[in-house]
Amino acid sequence: MNLGSLVPAYAEIAILVAASLILLVDVFLPNRLRGVTYALTQLAILVAALASLVVVQLTGTRPEFAFGDMFVSDPMANALKLFAYIAVSATLVYSRGYLAERGLFKGEFFVLVLFALLGMMVMISANSLLVLYLGLELLSLCLYALVALDRDSKVATEAAMKYFILGALASGLMLYGMSMLYGATGSLEITDIAQAIAGGNANRVLLGFGVVFVVAGLAFKLGAVPFHMWIPDVYQGAPNAMTLFIASAPKLAAFAIAIRLLVNGLLHIAVEWQQMLVILSVLSMAVGNLAAIAQTNYKRMLAYSAIANMGFMLLGLATGVVNGNLYSAVDAYSAAMFYAVTYVLMSLGAFALPMLLSRAGFEGETLDDLRGLNRRSPWYAFLTLLFMFSLAGVPPTVGFYAKFAVLRAAVAADMIWLAVFAVAMSLVGAFYYLRVVKLMYFDEPTDTAPLRGDLDLRLLLSVNGLAVLVLGLLPDGLMAVCLASIRSLVV
Amino acid sequence: MSNATPWLSLAIWTPIVAGLVVMATGDDRNAGKARVLALIGAVAGFLVTLPLYTGFDRSSAAMQFVELTPWIRTFGINYHLGVDGISVLFVLLNSFITAIVVIAGWDVIRSRVSQYMAAFLLMSGLLNGVFSALDAVLFYVFFEGSLIPMYLIIGVWGGPNRVYAAIKFFLYTLLGSLLMLVALVFLYYASGGSFSILDWHQVRLPMLAQVLLFVAFFAAFSVKVPMWPVHTWLPDAHVEAPTGGSAVLAAIMLKLGAYGFIRFSMPIAPDASLYLAPFMIALSLVAVIYVGLVALVQADMKKLIAYSSISHMGFVTLGFFIFNAYGVEGALVQMISHGFVSAAMFLCVGVMYDRMHSRLIADYGGVVNTMPKFAAFMMLFAMANAGLPGTSGFVGEFLVILGAVKHSFWIGAAAATTLIFGAAYTLWMYKRVIFGAVANDHVAELKDIGAREFAFLALLALAVLALGVYPAPLTEVMHVSVENLLRHVAVSKL
Repeated sequence: MNLGSLVPAYAEIAILVAASLILLVDVFLPNRLRGVTYALTQLAILVAALASLVVVQLTGTRPEFAFGDMFVSDPMANALKLFAYIAVSATLVYSRGYLAERGLFKGEFFVLVLFALLGMMVMISANSLLVLYLGLELLSLCLYALVALDRDSKVATEAAMKYFILGALASGLMLYGMSMLYGATGSLEITDIAQAIAGGNANRVLLGFGVVFVVAGLAFKLGAVPFHMWIPDVYQGAPNAMTLFIASAPKLAAFAIAIRLLVNGLLHIAVEWQQMLVILSVLSMAVGNLAAIAQTNYKRMLAYSAIANMGFMLLGLATGVVNGNLYSAVDAYSAAMFYAVTYVLMSLGAFALPMLLSRAGFEGETLDDLRGLNRRSPWYAFLTLLFMFSLAGVPPTVGFYAKFAVLRAAVAADMIWLAVFAVAMSLVGAFYYLRVVKLMYFDEPTDTAPLRGDLDLRLLLSVNGLAVLVLGLLPDGLMAVCLASIRSLVV
Repeated sequence: MSNATPWLSLAIWTPIVAGLVVMATGDDRNAGKARVLALIGAVAGFLVTLPLYTGFDRSSAAMQFVELTPWIRTFGINYHLGVDGISVLFVLLNSFITAIVVIAGWDVIRSRVSQYMAAFLLMSGLLNGVFSALDAVLFYVFFEGSLIPMYLIIGVWGGPNRVYAAIKFFLYTLLGSLLMLVALVFLYYASGGSFSILDWHQVRLPMLAQVLLFVAFFAAFSVKVPMWPVHTWLPDAHVEAPTGGSAVLAAIMLKLGAYGFIRFSMPIAPDASLYLAPFMIALSLVAVIYVGLVALVQADMKKLIAYSSISHMGFVTLGFFIFNAYGVEGALVQMISHGFVSAAMFLCVGVMYDRMHSRLIADYGGVVNTMPKFAAFMMLFAMANAGLPGTSGFVGEFLVILGAVKHSFWIGAAAATTLIFGAAYTLWMYKRVIFGAVANDHVAELKDIGAREFAFLALLALAVLALGVYPAPLTEVMHVSVENLLRHVAVSKL
């Protein structure tokens, strides 16, 4: 094996080396120098980003395989990895002050985050069921540990336990499904599976069962109804910084494995999984939006909002193939990708807000804590308003184009009633986002303590909010990236 | 036209940029600065719309001042602006009313001044965008975007029940527009991949598709107009909104719905429009008659004017759906006139409310004794609201009734009852509030209007009288476009 064949995995190698180094370095650092670990972690992510850009330079738009075709680097992988770096790096910036205040600013945190990132990258680039599973488990185990990092917190421990048990169940389901796919097609490599199905050499019954289990596992990871039970509890129970982490970058990885499994591998039997996705999507939008109305905890409300949003994204995945015809597939899947990416962007800002409000001994995570934010700081109230309207899909924010793109795909697939249902649920959703705006603008503050002063947090939140607005005015570039990513997959 | 000054872009972005500048002045320590900047922005915003009127070619029904730049290539969405004889008037009206509202809120608004002024300026720009957008998605972005400032205006500076009213306003209008969004996407595919509204006017559609599209547009626009029976958000919103908010809501936002009918529903689905015209006429007549009667029994002045607005807007939709030049032109004149008159009526109530902190008719009486100048102005506006000849209110109502009689005598007769009901509820309110003996000590202590209030009431009074005596500047601009629209609608697209 020569070094050239490792090109697709440059970034993964960088992260792996960096994580191991940081693990070592951190042991020898005294507590007051923990900032060094933080800086090294950010540096590692930066190096990985540069490595990914080098990979883009070297491979261009064609898919490049490594490790005996088990690992792939293609435009979608590179784009999603770059978005994941941004999301993880932003998470670290947002969490710094919050974690330091709570004694969680420890080496373990950074190493776990880096390994989680590695897991996501492996998932994104997987071309084999086993590699995909490996990435998934690496990510999941790091996330379980992160949620439990604050080991004196009862709610966090409970959340970690729930997350672990349900997550393990989901992994089991998925693995079971994968074994059936293997049994039906005789291959673990996703591209080979696709060929086997296209060639008609697959056992249809076994394949059907396999698809059911794989989709169920995916739905668990995405948090789609009826596999959503863990989301509200984990989001609420985990420390704010961990919730932010779970709610952002891993969605990209979950989206990536959905594309790898369903589109790369099982596109020929799209009829079978599309129906399942439609049901998941409809249920998620309904349950997520309706349940969010009843919440008093901001993080829990956003958890249900995440469920509803994933439902909307699934609608994009479910509308690609019409009567065996692929002509609208690129539009539909790139709409879903656009949705996932912009959701992560909005979710970063929305989940960072409690961190801005929090201080030692105060989490700032209930809706009441948002009261009168406009009095306390008009700028951050305005930014939150942007996040809320974007989540609700109101123009001129980027959330509108995300919903618009998915609706376009649904109408193109002649699923007009599904589109009408989706907008009806968006209307329900608008209510609770509007309530947040109401609390910030119409009510008087009950808590008048100054907001957290960390400059990095404030600056990044401003950039994040403005990105939601600017991408709402000029969404073309991001949409083009998504189109290019998907186009190379569906030919 | 490509090298010409982009007047429409200026009309949209001048107020928006001014709004952002005003917002940047920060908290109430800089309130004075915010007010002055807002006034400069609003007046500049009005001035840049004047070339749209003076440079308008009245002999052409084509879109003018067209600007076309690709915006979102991946979706095929363009930054496509243009106005015809119908929409140009609303751009002017909107910019004018914004300036008035800034002056009207000058002393009255004392908390979060910069945000208040900025919200109105931003909304003004967005509303200009709605009237000049020729790309459906651009239209939708402006249409929806204008909800945000209005939501905040009602919710932050409104009355005691403002939260309920603001959320009701937002959700009601969002419900309609979301259905429209699906219709827009559907039309994109039906037209073979274009979001241009002008292209859509030429698309042939089967009857079922037309009816469904009409229903989707109806959901969006009937809520906005508002037509009976989806009008219930309006009285709540009006009563709770601050004076300026009510004025813009009545003068401009209600026009979005009617404008939508004439820009989308009728030309895109002409066969469905004709097929469903009896239904639309029936709803319009219910608004004119029933809501007029409801207005009669209101105890709250703002509520009364809100119901009167619904009734007047019923006249507008009636005028559209009788499909003749009198009706459509009358409806458009009525829209412009109502823009001035309803804004003026709300501002009059605002003038009294600022002094007495009550909107209840029962709390007033004999105001003429202490506020003679004000009483004279309000007299004029009340008469215009009742449709007295010589005021702008008369022209529109007369033309619509003329058109309605041409269509069917009984519809005309039913519509004409508004002359009685309108006069009844407006003048009866005026009598109870303004005339009679001084009702109580508060009224006895009232001070007449100052220079600032005189200024904005006089501007509106001039507009109302000028259009009432000589409406030609209005009708000349719209005539060719209206003829063209009616010709277009008369051709079946099945």
